[in-house]
Order: sequence, then structure tokens, then C-alpha cells
Amino acid sequence: MTQTLAPLSAARPTSLRMFTALLRAELLKLLRNRAFLIPSLLLPIMFFALFALPNLKGRLSGVAAGPYMLVSYAAYSLVSTAIFAFGVATATERASGWMRQLRITPASPVAYFGARIGASLLLGLGSVLLLLLFARVAGGVSLPAGQTAGVLLRLLLGMIPFALLGLAIGLGLGPAGAAPTANLINLPLMFASGIFYPLDVAPKFIQTLAPYLPAYHYGQLGWGAIGATPAGSEASHWLVLAGYSGLFAALCLWAYRRDETRRG
Amino acid sequence: MTPSTTAHEHRPPPPPVRSAPFSAAPSGSAVSSPALSVRGLSKRYGAHWALGSGQGGFDLDLPRGGLTALLGPNGAGKSTLIGLLLGLETPTQGTVQVLGTDPRQPHARTRLGALPQDLSLPATLTVRELLGLYAALYPRPLEVETVLGLCDLTALARQRASALSGGQARRLGFGLSIIGDPELLFLDEPTTAMDVQSRQIFWAGVGAMQAQGKTIVLTTHYLEEAERVADRVVVLRQGQVIADGTPETIKAGVRGATVSFRSRLSLSDLQAAPEVLEATLSHGPETDCALATVRTREPERLLAALFASGAELRELQVSRASLEEAFLTLTVGDFGQAADPQTDATFTPAVPTPGA
Repeated sequence: MTQTLAPLSAARPTSLRMFTALLRAELLKLLRNRAFLIPSLLLPIMFFALFALPNLKGRLSGVAAGPYMLVSYAAYSLVSTAIFAFGVATATERASGWMRQLRITPASPVAYFGARIGASLLLGLGSVLLLLLFARVAGGVSLPAGQTAGVLLRLLLGMIPFALLGLAIGLGLGPAGAAPTANLINLPLMFASGIFYPLDVAPKFIQTLAPYLPAYHYGQLGWGAIGATPAGSEASHWLVLAGYSGLFAALCLWAYRRDETRRG
Repeated sequence: MTPSTTAHEHRPPPPPVRSAPFSAAPSGSAVSSPALSVRGLSKRYGAHWALGSGQGGFDLDLPRGGLTALLGPNGAGKSTLIGLLLGLETPTQGTVQVLGTDPRQPHARTRLGALPQDLSLPATLTVRELLGLYAALYPRPLEVETVLGLCDLTALARQRASALSGGQARRLGFGLSIIGDPELLFLDEPTTAMDVQSRQIFWAGVGAMQAQGKTIVLTTHYLEEAERVADRVVVLRQGQVIADGTPETIKAGVRGATVSFRSRLSLSDLQAAPEVLEATLSHGPETDCALATVRTREPERLLAALFASGAELRELQVSRASLEEAFLTLTVGDFGQAADPQTDATFTPAVPTPGA
């Protein structure tokens, strides 16, 4: 046994090379999937142009309306990226057999998932940067660098429950049903959480419902980072997001096991 | 790790010599472990035994080098076995050792290559990008250009995977399976969807690997291929090994033959004759002598019986069983009788061997 391990120790220095190669492949796949890439980059800008640009005057939760809505649409962009570019796409790739094929190679699952997460984060970051650029050029709306960093830090980390939600939807419903269902969940979620328009003008039942939704707390983290009047402590928002992460992770596990036994 | 292992770490990469792209099979201690060692292996999904059975699994040993063909009808357990050998599945009972290690260990995969039956590649990546990606996953890969040349894909290097024909995609799959310069290569139905040209290129590539002393395990539905290239044939049926030997011994073990002749015998006469596995009659337009085609295990006994009955046979032809016929006899026919352990020791009857 032990003697046969000898030539294998040479495999170790390749793990960084492995990750880089997988990340490069994931980025190429994202960039070449135009039908997915272009809407991902343009929708947040389009919504910002339609809903935010005509309403830049005034204040929301104690901060200027422009930066507030800039954070809202950045949140929308990153939640969508987490659900679709990571969650649903990963489940689809698993169903296609590509993931099983990589299991035959020495590529570790950690490197593979790391590359997928990395590519999704870069896409999300790219779409937020485009949105920031558009807001500055078209509406003269901008955030100080320190606030931008604070918003990004919170929103990127807060993507985790939404990535798990997308994954659970993909694993549970298969490649065909996943994307429409994810849309059906994502868009109402945005409306009901105060991301698409401020909760102050929302119907009463939505105001009651919002604090139970993950995207509400996600939005609060972003708005809090630019000094908006807090609704609950930052720790409480993280706690709710962590709880939803646990719930969605359990759903993933359940859907994964159900699918595995069905295949066997 | 231990001092004795460090010498291997600095083994130079395989020189990019065109005539011999692969590193030769390793010498020294590593050779002492066989390519495959399977003991009492079985796999159950729910209540269904895909491989082996509750009474016992099966054993299989494969030395280094050579090409072994795994044959069997759909559902015989070939894919399950390959999945276990690749470490994708966990045995219900028994052990699998591949190149001396458990294939579920990640490091074991640096020395394995596999072309899966249902190849799935990201549609938007090009041939060169996919080969480059795979090359980055192995510690001592072959040059991408070398593999492109071996698979005759140089002209298609910039094509996306989605734009490849079935045969081209299989060739790319073969390229991906060898780019890590594996010591042991699994090819699951490799030539499916390949045209004649792709097949020639593919077999030349397999030949190059064989010449380097690599071990190759192949499943195929094209039995003439197995007959031509395999050193050893293992026939599976219902999760059991029912025959194991060279293509010649398998054929000899079956001793099957096809006998054809014209006669006045009816189909029921033929079916009543001894040693008949299958009989068909086709009536010509002008004559009352129908052409009979009879598959038999023992043409000598059949013909002796027919002549003894006074039947008049014309245009008599006897052809030896091909591997295909042997295969059909083993997997479809009443294989328990086909086995004749007294005359052929390599021929194992399909009785579950409880933990022998």
C-alpha cells in the first residue's frame, strides 16, 4: 500500500493550477453564454433607469434616494447572480453529467465549487460595477469609495443563502423547471422585500410580511452600510440570513439525496 | 513523505517526442501491484443486485499491460463495475484495488483515465480549451498539441464542443482520457457514434498506448472489435462473470457453429434435432428445398443425427462461431449447459460462487 503512494505526492503542487484552470473555464463559459450574460448585466441597469432615475429627489430611510436605490438594484443584481449563475446553473451542470465526468479526474470538488463560486462572484461584481458606472454617468448618483466597499463586502457575503436557494431549486426541479421557478420566486421576493420599491409605499400586508423574508434583511445590510435608518441590528440581519442558509442547505441535501436514489 | 518517495517527485516529465508521447509504464515497486484486484465485489441498489449477489460477489484480477474487453448485454453490470473501478460508487460488499490503491482516494485518479459512455462536455468550450483544462488537472500531462495530433483534432482545435460531430466528440473524449498519461485506461463503449475514419484514428491511439505497456479496459457492443484487439475477454451476465479468457478460449468454450444447408426438413424437424440453439428456414422461389440456417453448439453431433435420419442435405456449410455468436450463446442461451468444465477449465459456469 504505502509504496504505491510514492509517485503521487507530485500531485500536490498542482492544486492551485487546477483551481486557476477551472476558474478560467467557468469564466469562459459565463462570457460565452450571451443569452444569460447580457440580461444579467443589463436588467439591473434597466430597472435602475426605469424606477430610480425619475425619483432621485427626496430621501429614503434618512439617506438620499439616489444612493439608496443604487444599493437596492445592486442587491437585486447580486441576489439574481447567486440564484441563477451559481445555484440553478450548478444544478444544471450536475444533471448534464459534467460534474460526474470531473469526478473521474483528480480535480477536487473543493476546487470545482471554488471555481464556480469565484466565477459567479466576478460576474456579480462586474454587473454591480457597470451599475455604479451607469448611475454616475446617467443620474449623477455616486457613493463614496468607503461606503461602496462596505456595501460590497456585506452584499457579497450575504449572497450565500440565495446561492443555496438556487441550488435547491435546481436540484429539486431539474434543469428544465428550475429557471422559470427561480424567476417566479426571485421577482416577487424583490418586490416584497423593499428592493424594487420602498416598503413605506407598499401595501400593509407586504410591510408585515417583509421582515420574514431573507431579501429584506439582505437589503437592510446594504442600506445600513450607507447610513440609512436601521431597522433592527446588523447582527439580527446576519442571523436571519444564516438561518435561511441552514434551511436552504437542508433543502439542497434533501433534493440531492432524493435525486441520487432515483438515479440508482 | 518518507525519504524513499522523494526520488519519484523529481521524475522528469515525459519528453515531447512525437513517436512516443506516453511515459513508459512505471518500473520498479509500482509494478508489483496489479492493475486491478477485485475481491468478493457486489453492488446493490435498493433490492436489486446490479453486481454480484447476496450469496457472494465476484473476483477479478488484471495484471499490468494488455487490453481486456468487458462484454455483456445491457443490465449485465458493466457500467456498475466501471463505476466501482473508477471509485464513483461504493461497493456493497467486497474490495476494489486499482493500481494498488482504493480508487475512491483522490490521488488514485492521477493515474487513471476514463472515457465515459455518455460523454458530456461544456458546449461553449473549444477542443483546445478542454484539453488544456484537463492537462492542468494532472501532475504529468501530455502536451495538448501531442494529444490533438493523436486524435487527429488539430484542425478542429478552435471548434466548440457543441460543433463537433458524434465521432469527433468521442475522439475528443478519448483525448481527454489519455492527456493525464494514465497507467490504466477505461474506455466505455468508445467507438459508439464513430465513423470508419474516426475508428481508425482511435484504434491507432489505443495501439500507441498498448505499445507503452498501459493497461486498457474496454467495454463494447462491437464484438468483432473485441475479437480483434482484446487479449482477454470477460463476459458478464446478471452481475456475474460467466466467462473469462482469451477470445479464442471463449469461442472454443462455446464450440458453437452455424450450419446452413438446403433440405426438405421442416422447421419442427430442425428444432427437434439435437444440439440446436436456433433454427430458421427460408423458402426459395423455385425449389421445395428450403434453406435452413441452424445455430448449434455441436455441429458434429447435429450433422451426425441429421445424416443418420437419412435427410438429404445440399449446399452444406459449417462456420465456426464468431465471438458474437459465442457471446449470444453465453448471454441469451441456456448457458448452464453451454459450460463444459471438463474440457475447458477457463470456462466458468454462471453459478454464484459463495465467497470462494
